[in-house]
Amino acid sequence: MKVLMFGWEFPPQISGGLGTACYGLTQALVREDVDVLFVVPKLMGNEPDNGSRLLSASEVGIRQVVSTDSADQPFTRFRHFMKEGSFTTFEIPSTLSTYNMAHLHEPVQHIEHWNYPLNVAETAVEKTTVVTQSISGALYDFKGGYGPQLIEEVFRYANVASEIAIAEQFDIIHAHDWMTYPAAIAAKRLSSKPMVVHVHATEFDRAGQQGSEMVYTIEREGLDEADKIVAVSEWTKRIMVDRYDIDPDKIVVVHNGVIPEERTITETKQNLGSHVVTFLGRITYQKGPEYFVEAAEKVLTLFPDVHFIMAGSGDFLPQIIEKVARMKLSSQFHFTGFLKKHEIDQVLASTSVYVMPSVSEPFGITPLEAIQRNVPIIISNQSGVSEVMHHALKVDFWDTEALSQAICSVLHYNSLSRELKRNAGKAIDLITWEKAAQRLNNLYYELTSNIHPN
Amino acid sequence: MNSPATSTQTNSTQHLVLYFQVHQPRRLNKINFFSIGTHPEYFDDALNAEIIQRVAKDCYLPANALLLDLIKKHPQIKVCFSISGVALAQFEQYVPEVLHSFQALAKTGNVEFLCETNCHSLASLISADEFQIQVFEHAENIYRHFGLRPAVFRNTELIYSNAIGTQVAQMGFKGMITDGVDRVLDGRSSFRLYHHPDNNAFKLLLRSNRLSDDIAFRYMQGASVLSAERYVNWLNHMPVNEPVITLGMDYETFGEHYKKPSGIFDFLRGMLTRIVKDKKFIFSTPSEVMNEVASKQSLNIDHAISWADERKDLSAWLGNDMQRDAFDMVKSLENSVKRTTNTALLTAWRALQTSDHFYYMCTKKLNDGDVHAYFSHYPSPYEAFINYMNVMSDFVIRVKSASAQADLTEAAKQNEYERQHPQVPFWAERKSAEIRQEVFVSH
Repeated sequence: MKVLMFGWEFPPQISGGLGTACYGLTQALVREDVDVLFVVPKLMGNEPDNGSRLLSASEVGIRQVVSTDSADQPFTRFRHFMKEGSFTTFEIPSTLSTYNMAHLHEPVQHIEHWNYPLNVAETAVEKTTVVTQSISGALYDFKGGYGPQLIEEVFRYANVASEIAIAEQFDIIHAHDWMTYPAAIAAKRLSSKPMVVHVHATEFDRAGQQGSEMVYTIEREGLDEADKIVAVSEWTKRIMVDRYDIDPDKIVVVHNGVIPEERTITETKQNLGSHVVTFLGRITYQKGPEYFVEAAEKVLTLFPDVHFIMAGSGDFLPQIIEKVARMKLSSQFHFTGFLKKHEIDQVLASTSVYVMPSVSEPFGITPLEAIQRNVPIIISNQSGVSEVMHHALKVDFWDTEALSQAICSVLHYNSLSRELKRNAGKAIDLITWEKAAQRLNNLYYELTSNIHPN
Repeated sequence: MNSPATSTQTNSTQHLVLYFQVHQPRRLNKINFFSIGTHPEYFDDALNAEIIQRVAKDCYLPANALLLDLIKKHPQIKVCFSISGVALAQFEQYVPEVLHSFQALAKTGNVEFLCETNCHSLASLISADEFQIQVFEHAENIYRHFGLRPAVFRNTELIYSNAIGTQVAQMGFKGMITDGVDRVLDGRSSFRLYHHPDNNAFKLLLRSNRLSDDIAFRYMQGASVLSAERYVNWLNHMPVNEPVITLGMDYETFGEHYKKPSGIFDFLRGMLTRIVKDKKFIFSTPSEVMNEVASKQSLNIDHAISWADERKDLSAWLGNDMQRDAFDMVKSLENSVKRTTNTALLTAWRALQTSDHFYYMCTKKLNDGDVHAYFSHYPSPYEAFINYMNVMSDFVIRVKSASAQADLTEAAKQNEYERQHPQVPFWAERKSAEIRQEVFVSH
């Protein structure tokens, strides 16, 4: 089984869960004896040495680098750097990362600027099947700023996909999130191979009702073209059925795994007192930070000594800080901004309970990372992780009353906190990428045998 | 009975005991953490009424009607029930027709009622005194409703140990039913009557857990159901030298766990008529077995066993920190609650001991966890714990203020007593006696 896989990021160049998920998944697929050709855009915004780190840091370690920078370089001249096992990675330069998409829909002039029919993109994709060597930035030279550049990248990426689809042999196409759907569609048209679309997040998760029309259209197109859709949770499946009118039978739920980590107990603790409640993640609409603040206010009526840490940054940060100040809770709140890994460890080491009140969380890996650091968790029912982690307290994100009660309970009843930690610590070992890879492998066989009945 | 017994089979009358457990807990209201101290209503009686009415319609009424009908047709059929006091009280309150249908069964004379702790509690693990109070309370209840004095005891969830057996024997019971747990039988058969190691008059009747669970948990496997014929064939395979087979299960198995369309009532009817027809067994009640069958061996059980889950120990109720924490809390209140002599508090305290509250907090995974989830109205064991502890936290406050009140009353009484009986100090008393004596002597 050989899979042509399209991703947008890969460790260590990640800005969110997508890269981590692709890493865990592909590693496990390789252990399942699946050949993976993984195509990622190169993140040029990084330091130059990061590029080489990308090569060496990966444990799968097999790289073929495709440069799309220079139009004169034919794709048939891929250079094989290393070949190890059954994993191959292509890199395609890209200036952008996914998770800044929140900015996309804010400036109105951008939306207007993108308001062109999608068939423009389609013809562009088709064009590249003919003119294989004329790919250049000039063809899609949108100068409208950050957002349109991402769209441009997405279609440039699709052109490269066509090249790879011609040059490589594979049995199935697997695309991760909307940025890669045009690429997968292009590859499917050229190869007539079955196409799997893997939904890690939808535009509704990222932006609620204010999502980008363009992104939504690309998503729709990819979901419609796909032979099978993989959703990371039942929650995401429901969104696709409700919001994208997808036939539920076309969607398979494959929950993410978690990469096992030694349980570490960090020595250096913050000295904030015995009760610390932590919010960790991007401070954006999707993560529900305001519900955290409202619950905190209620908790403080009973436990005036509790401290609340909000670790992370995002477009909602200023208004959250203002809200906390308005409620006169600033003395109990600590905003850390974006944290590095060892700093996250440090925060979690002094945390009594971790809270994720997400409005819509397709999966949600950070609560599992909190569990790995022996912290009990409270998560919203509107999250994929709540489907696989039963040793957690679960509330509806809007129910700040229930959230505050859950926080009080964990802080007040020690045996509850102990049992949550102990049982979650055991249960997390069962949330593996191996399970996910096995399900995907079965799906691959199902799809390929459908198309080739022999 | 009617079977043409040959001379070699004189000793081999084989008894079949059917024991059905009837229980409905008083489920708790959702108690908010912030309402601790405001003394909210602890019990969700609307929910309890709704559940009892549903289960009455699906199970108790049709199953009782079926049994009554069969007993009238085949008077050799006998069964035994253990109906918890919490269930009886709720029947009386919400569905008196259920109580009447049990009374009709009692009138046939073919039904034995077992004794248990009134509130279906773990009182046997609290104190001997409290255990006895709850047992006698239940015995009174059974007498009040059915006019019968129970002679055989079954502890909550068949929890049993030597120590519990000793206490129950002292209360005057002739024996107990517990589970035929492999590790205590150690290769011996569960189809025999045993006795207490220190008291061979105190009998132990063992539930045949595999054959019982074949109905209770395995009646339906996927789409296929167990047929009465097949099941009775299994029963008939029991060796002729084994004297008794005890089938024990939740009565709710019939119509509630397995709904009517599954054919469970036909199964029950088919099974009983088939057993009547095959004449291999005679139906007996636990008392009859304990009177008629000789117990040849003692059964030594140092560590408590039960009929629950795979492990058949106490871990379904006291297996994790939350459960032990919650149980310790209710247990620790014994003296302070009793000291208040406040009936409402005592009643609430006992209702809070019902084992189900702790069962809901069980976090055991896999098969067992599924069973726990089936029986729970909480989204998770953690919610069950939080809610229970919120109730207990409020309850503790009530107990504290009531006992402060009781202390005040006590102090007032003491003052009044002292006013009426002025105390003469010991030395003064002695002196005056001496003086009297001196006076007497001098005269």
